[in-house]
Amino acid sequence: MTTFRQAKLARRLTMGAVLALGLATSLPALTSPARADEQFFPLQSYRVGPYAAGGTGFFGGFIDYLNLVNIRDGGVNGVKLTWDEGETQYEVERGVEVYERLKSRPGVAAWNPLSVGIAYAMIDRISKDKVPLITINHGRTDSTDGRVFPYVFPLLLNPYSETSGIVNYIAAREGGPEKLKGKKLVVLYHGSPYGKETIPIYKLLADKYGFELEQIEVPHPGNEQQSQWLSIRRAKADYVVLRGWGVMNPVALKTAQKVGFPVDHIIGNVWSNSEEDVIPAGDAAKGYVAITTQASGAEYPVLQEVIKTVYGAGKGNLDDKKRIGSVYHNLGIVNGILNVEAVRIAQEKFGKRTLTGDEVRWGFEHLQLDPARVEALGAKGLFHSINVTWDNHEGNGRVTFQQWDGAKWKVVSDWISPDWAALRPIIEKSSTAYAQEHGIKIRTSGDDPVGQ
Amino acid sequence: MFDYQFLIEVLVGGLLSGVMYSLVAIGFVLIYKTSGVLNFAQGAMLLFAALTFVSLVERGTPFALALLATLAIMVLLGITIERTVLRPLINQPPITLFMATLGLSYVIEGAAQLLWGTQVHGLEIGVSDIPFDIGGVFISRFDLFAAGVAGSLVALFTLFFRYTRTGLAFRAVADDQFAALAVGLRLPRVWAAVWTAAGIVALVAGLLWGARLGVQFSLSLVVLKALPVLVLGGFDSITGAIVGGLLIGAIEKLAEVYVGPFFGGGIEAWAAYVVALALLLVRPSGLFGQKLVERV
Repeated sequence: MTTFRQAKLARRLTMGAVLALGLATSLPALTSPARADEQFFPLQSYRVGPYAAGGTGFFGGFIDYLNLVNIRDGGVNGVKLTWDEGETQYEVERGVEVYERLKSRPGVAAWNPLSVGIAYAMIDRISKDKVPLITINHGRTDSTDGRVFPYVFPLLLNPYSETSGIVNYIAAREGGPEKLKGKKLVVLYHGSPYGKETIPIYKLLADKYGFELEQIEVPHPGNEQQSQWLSIRRAKADYVVLRGWGVMNPVALKTAQKVGFPVDHIIGNVWSNSEEDVIPAGDAAKGYVAITTQASGAEYPVLQEVIKTVYGAGKGNLDDKKRIGSVYHNLGIVNGILNVEAVRIAQEKFGKRTLTGDEVRWGFEHLQLDPARVEALGAKGLFHSINVTWDNHEGNGRVTFQQWDGAKWKVVSDWISPDWAALRPIIEKSSTAYAQEHGIKIRTSGDDPVGQ
Repeated sequence: MFDYQFLIEVLVGGLLSGVMYSLVAIGFVLIYKTSGVLNFAQGAMLLFAALTFVSLVERGTPFALALLATLAIMVLLGITIERTVLRPLINQPPITLFMATLGLSYVIEGAAQLLWGTQVHGLEIGVSDIPFDIGGVFISRFDLFAAGVAGSLVALFTLFFRYTRTGLAFRAVADDQFAALAVGLRLPRVWAAVWTAAGIVALVAGLLWGARLGVQFSLSLVVLKALPVLVLGGFDSITGAIVGGLLIGAIEKLAEVYVGPFFGGGIEAWAAYVVALALLLVRPSGLFGQKLVERV
């Protein structure tokens, strides 16, 4: 009997201890004072899987910049920046799952998936939830039209502008647009919707400037390109535009060497421009030129601050410090600058507090950073400028060209403007068709109500 | 006028690419011959081997030492796989074993990235890829070197299977597992040895493919190139892996250049499978595969 009572007592004590522990852990949440204002960035990152090298660089740079703003300035006007990562492995389903998991967190500022597939899958969702989707340097070209896509921002560069920028650069190398006549250009593109997106624009520009054009597909993943490069050699191409992704890029450079095509006449697009694309190709990549919206290197003041303040405090996101200033890391830094400045601009209108996604959208629609402001942010030379408006969500970013010297990228051109005026009617045609298909009312001014 | 020189160039390029496919296919054949398992983890093993080697070299290990260390690690990996995955699954249906290797493939890929990181690496094995110009036909030095390595590997395996006790044991197990057990052969030991051999093939293929593509995650995708080779050549024939590789390499390049333009290009990835499937319909065991005869 005594034993039974002792056991019962022991059980009660145990239950009491569990309850007390439960209360103790839950009480602070109930009784703590209101949390300070925070702005949350959900990150659909990819740190494992086939594209992890790009993912760790980009998200590392983005987080490094958010950390810099928090440590150096105490956040944006006192509003702390927070973030949480969900691993996607660059897979659309996982990206959507992370979206559903993180979307209900308070103070979501914007989504930055750095994945065409995930971005496409999110457009309807973010439009309904009224939170901006940032697709820096990628995404749907027609989402440049803010009249139809109020929440989507292909900042700095859309695929059509990239195409125009590359052709303008080749024209400059040849001595002017009129010298393009009679030249032969081959576009070697990745066999995916991303790779095929610019096919009509190259045709358009070939007609405009009178150059011969051949567009050759490389099936995914692109680890075998012998036949394509033999065809290029037979075509006697003057230039090859490499519109690649992942392993396709180093294989293209190696195979070009194998068939004797001069590497300095291969021009890479914005997803063929990183260290990860050239290092595996070894010597075959020496002299290769690629477009970029942001220069690489760590000599810019903002990068120096990141090194001193963030890495100095042991809070740097990159495991390998040698990657600071690499193409993807700097893209992440620039993306961080653009996100933070959009929040800052929105705060000027709506108050220095946690903003809603829709308020941050307003900030992005007024994201105008001229070269002087870029310099003040410590990013002079890192990127040129941006001028986003309610109907132009790309923001007329400038591009530059860099050449791989075997160890690092060296800028070899001025900042070049794509031919935005020529591209806008094509973009509007596509976005208008999208609006009709989806029953979207086209905005006629920045003050029009948005959302579905 | 038809450009015969270009045809020869495409054909030679295709045959040499095919040798690279054969290298991956041989790893599959070794395992399939002795255990009837299609080892889906062969690509992951290739990635693991190449990543281990290049990471050791980048950390200052001399080339030869890194090669030996990687070889030792691959042997260890082979034995571990046999002990922890295959031995508990003896006598299970082939589909169970196949699924086990599928799972294994993800585990090895994850472990490789966890251990060595996610960065992309260049790999120089000291063979230049500046082409020979033979009468206007460019022939890759690197691909010729790879062909030499593949040829040596096949010769070594042939000698091994014919003239060593372990090789004979391999053949006995491949022929009839139950009979091999009945005469006293230790099946687990043979399997451990064969997984070790597959690990060595993965190392050789990993170094050559790594030098070609860079050492990165997509190395594990080269298994997709080996599958039509296996269907064409037969799953249990090393000769078949070589001939199948050459045929698939040549077919996909010729198809891409001469047929591709009629379909908008980009057909080589599936053209190889079309040929493999067509052969499957008339000769299910492949060109060199053993025909299965069962008494009923």
